[in-house]
Amino acid sequence: MTTQATTRPASSAQTATRHDRDMGRVIRRALIYLALIVLAILFLLPVYMVLVTSFKSIDQVSLSRMWEFPTEFTLESFRRALERLLPNVRNSFMLVIPATLISAFLGSMNGYVLSKWKFRGANVIFPLMLFGMFIPYQSILIPLVQFLRSVGLYGGLGGLILVHVVYGIPITTLIFRNYYTEVPTEMIEAGKIDGAGFFQLYWHVLLPISLPGFVVVIIWQFTQIWNEFLFGVTITGPESQPITVALQNLAGSQIVEWNVQMAGAFLAALPTLVVYIVLGRYFIRGLLAGSIKG
Amino acid sequence: MKAPRLISLILVLALAFGLVSGASAQDVSGDLEIFSWWTGGGEEAGLNALIERFSELYPEVNVINSAVAGGSGVNARAVLTTRMLGGDPPDTFQVHAGEELNALWVEAGLMEPLNDIYEENGWLDDFPQGLLDLISDDEGNIYVVPVNIHRSNVLWYVPGNLEEWGVTVPADWDEFLNTTCPALQEAGVTPLSVGENWTQAHLWESVALAELGAEGYNGLWNGETNWASPEVVGVFETFGQILDCTNEDRNALTWQDASQMVAEGRAAFNVMGDWAAGYFLVDLALEPGEGFAWAPSPGTEGVFMMLSDTFGLPKNAPNPEAVRAWLSFLGTPEAQDIFNPLKGSLPANTSANIDDPELYNAYFQEAYEDWTTNVIVGSQAHGAVAPQAFTNGFANIIATFAADRDAASASASAAELALQTGVGR
Amino acid sequence: MISSLNRDRVIAFLMLLPSIVLVAIFVYGFIGWTGWTSLTNSNALQQLSGQPAQFVGLQNYTELFAGMLNNRFRIDIVNTVFFTILFIALCLSLGMGLAMLLDQQVKGESIFRTIFLFPMALSFVVTGVVWKWLFNPSSGLNVLPTFIGLQPFRFEWFISEQRWLEFNWQDLPQILAIILLGVVVLAALIAWSRKRSQLAALLAAGAILLIALISFEVPRQLNALSRPETHGFNLALFAVVVAAGWQMSGYTMAMYLAGLRGIPEELREAARVDGATELGVYRHVVLPMLAPITLSAMIILGHISLKIFDLVYTLGGGDNLWIDMPGINMFFTTFRAQEFARGAAIAMIMLIMVAVVIVPYLATQLRSEVER
Repeated sequence: MTTQATTRPASSAQTATRHDRDMGRVIRRALIYLALIVLAILFLLPVYMVLVTSFKSIDQVSLSRMWEFPTEFTLESFRRALERLLPNVRNSFMLVIPATLISAFLGSMNGYVLSKWKFRGANVIFPLMLFGMFIPYQSILIPLVQFLRSVGLYGGLGGLILVHVVYGIPITTLIFRNYYTEVPTEMIEAGKIDGAGFFQLYWHVLLPISLPGFVVVIIWQFTQIWNEFLFGVTITGPESQPITVALQNLAGSQIVEWNVQMAGAFLAALPTLVVYIVLGRYFIRGLLAGSIKG
Repeated sequence: MKAPRLISLILVLALAFGLVSGASAQDVSGDLEIFSWWTGGGEEAGLNALIERFSELYPEVNVINSAVAGGSGVNARAVLTTRMLGGDPPDTFQVHAGEELNALWVEAGLMEPLNDIYEENGWLDDFPQGLLDLISDDEGNIYVVPVNIHRSNVLWYVPGNLEEWGVTVPADWDEFLNTTCPALQEAGVTPLSVGENWTQAHLWESVALAELGAEGYNGLWNGETNWASPEVVGVFETFGQILDCTNEDRNALTWQDASQMVAEGRAAFNVMGDWAAGYFLVDLALEPGEGFAWAPSPGTEGVFMMLSDTFGLPKNAPNPEAVRAWLSFLGTPEAQDIFNPLKGSLPANTSANIDDPELYNAYFQEAYEDWTTNVIVGSQAHGAVAPQAFTNGFANIIATFAADRDAASASASAAELALQTGVGR
Repeated sequence: MISSLNRDRVIAFLMLLPSIVLVAIFVYGFIGWTGWTSLTNSNALQQLSGQPAQFVGLQNYTELFAGMLNNRFRIDIVNTVFFTILFIALCLSLGMGLAMLLDQQVKGESIFRTIFLFPMALSFVVTGVVWKWLFNPSSGLNVLPTFIGLQPFRFEWFISEQRWLEFNWQDLPQILAIILLGVVVLAALIAWSRKRSQLAALLAAGAILLIALISFEVPRQLNALSRPETHGFNLALFAVVVAAGWQMSGYTMAMYLAGLRGIPEELREAARVDGATELGVYRHVVLPMLAPITLSAMIILGHISLKIFDLVYTLGGGDNLWIDMPGINMFFTTFRAQEFARGAAIAMIMLIMVAVVIVPYLATQLRSEVER
């Protein structure tokens, strides 16, 4: 539109309005950026606080100088936080890796069946499965503890892995089902005509194009399980507690070493943050899948 | 010349002792998980010192200290129940002597009797009978080993600060409310510091003891005092007025924060159990009598409100031999003298060296005197006289009362709670 | 070939079967188990000593809503309602605002998007720990205004004991009836303005009936609580709203942004050609198309707020009734007070609240998918 205007011989009045319009546009752009920058600063305040506090030594941590930069940088609080949290970080990795891989595999299989091998009743079973991802886990917690006790899985990482795999079925199934639905049915039909069986079709037709689906699911499950707290606090013993439980325990202890707490929070957040920053695109896709419409 | 000989004698004795205990220690090995809520300050230091000494005696035992944060065990008990129900008990766990132990763990038949340990060590005469009664069932089975005695009704202050502000230690709550509190508020000082919910319940029991007297207070637990009576309503009313003299950010403070307010001169008084002495001594490095001082909480002179931390052996504990070794160690005068000066408590074993001023400072000497001469009552907030179910419900009543200040309603709710949880039957 | 196809169908079903069985047991079986527990007198003593639990009917539920000692649960319900409203409002407005800003072809859009969305990657526990430090009344967020020369805030955040909109729980049926009356009257007016006089008349009759009921205090008699009990909007909830909003508004931003990108540029262009201002384009073209996204976001956020646990646990522990929520109460009733039956009843009520929001949503989402 503006280019059109410039090619036309303009009267002085028109130039004035155009000038006004340009000014308005510049101001509008400036306001947009200003708003974005202010909001970004507000969103990053907690990050600033975590960093300045965790680089302080305990005698520099005082309420009155809370917002100030550390007078000297020290890694002391990270060392102390690691000392207390390292076993739990290890637990979390030993929990997250198998649980994520198993639920990704299960989800992919389920998604394949539900999208390409529709059977009677699938339209009932799928929503019934999906409901499982929305329930408040409090509503299954008491039987869960009793069940795990009776099968001897209570207290250890094994039980926690099982629980995360089971309650991860709905979301992983959903993501893969939506993903495979996009795959043209003709590809499968052609395979069937060529005499390929269930597993061959999966292996040769779907799996090669499944990588993005797996990335989405793995990132999603990794983040969810890493960040989970309720199961961690109720069904694990002290030796198998994941990082979130240990961090909460650290924060609840009597001597309030805020620098160590902030360093601990930073450590607990680091793995999922790295994943998010490196593979954010896929993270968002998982996020949006959670609202059903893929 | 004398001194070296004495030292060599001690060395020989220590060696002999080491050999003896070393011999018995050889059979005991494996992991020993000790579950408690001692995660900070003097109590953590005391527990660590105990573990250190125990590990010297039993080098083959690998002690796992699994402490869950949260004062007075509020969070720890949640975790403990989950684990007990999950069939994953710790080897040994901290529990308050009295109803907290009896009404749940003993009643459910989950604890092993420990009479043999008591007999082997001759502890039946060493521990006060009143304390043994609290930790035994009707058939005389003893279930736990007490490590300490605490006093709940203690008022803490800094003498120099009181002088500066021109107030004295109030003899009763009337004096506190009418004289002390207004004077301090005038001076811009918080008259009484208090912390999160359970510390408010802790304050409540001291107020109830003062207002009802020892007999009336005991009546709450044996059924002779009616929870809905005007007297109990009166306790809540007084308690409400006292809360008006406390800091507003109480729900965000731990008991240590509240004690620290006194030490730093931001508050004049604090009612807390005598673990606060350990905190003042160990964490804040204050001199007893100068840096901090104490008195019975207002109106409770001559009464000792007690509680005791104990450890026991749950059935299905993974390593019962190690637990027995640990418990046999805990009750000894040596262990009690290691632990109590750091934790800030009195030894439960009467043959401990309470007279040694190196170990037990002026506060403990005085408290021990009171322990042996005063009227003894049990603490509600710390599980001695009321079961866990009552304590939990009462926490809610206190929280509600702190918000709405409705004394009649709080008293009626407490009566209902006592009925439901079988208190005063 | 047909037989091999049939065999493959069987294999397909068998591959799905483990998941079906697991979900059937761990979701529906356990919910049934919890439901049963909530109808008994199960508690720790009874379970630890191996006695059978006794059936007590709906006693746990009536206790929660009308029992003298369960005011905490009623506080939770009130807190949940206020928290849910504010949390959804904050996330929707902030999320939509951010999405619209980012939709203006700004430079560095991906950096901004990353910043606004990164809290989603964190655990609620991390959020809780960090914000607990930030909410420190004497030196946290409260001193921020002083950096630009203003007076500090004087708000105590999650330990504030201020309360607005106080009401007596006994009046609740009355209040709900009045709110319902307002809705019915509004609906009647809308129906009337759209010339659907039959519906309007029906609604008006309903309104008159409600007015009669309210004026004779019929709803008041529905209340079983024996004493007055004050509830209200606890200002401490603002702390939870801010922390949770910080974490979740990036999510609504992402949803809106996806929606905005899905609106064909031709539509907007057409509106502009018709002389609409940039604002008008938003009002008449963009916003209506975002309505379904708003509904989805409300439901997703709503079910999160009904379930919220970790954040409140980290901020307030178990005894801060000013920000207490049913999830916390359930945890502490079950595992600290060891009243399993009562805890199960709270859990069932949480489940029902979530189901009321989620089930219709799932049904419509899946139906529209079939139609697609």
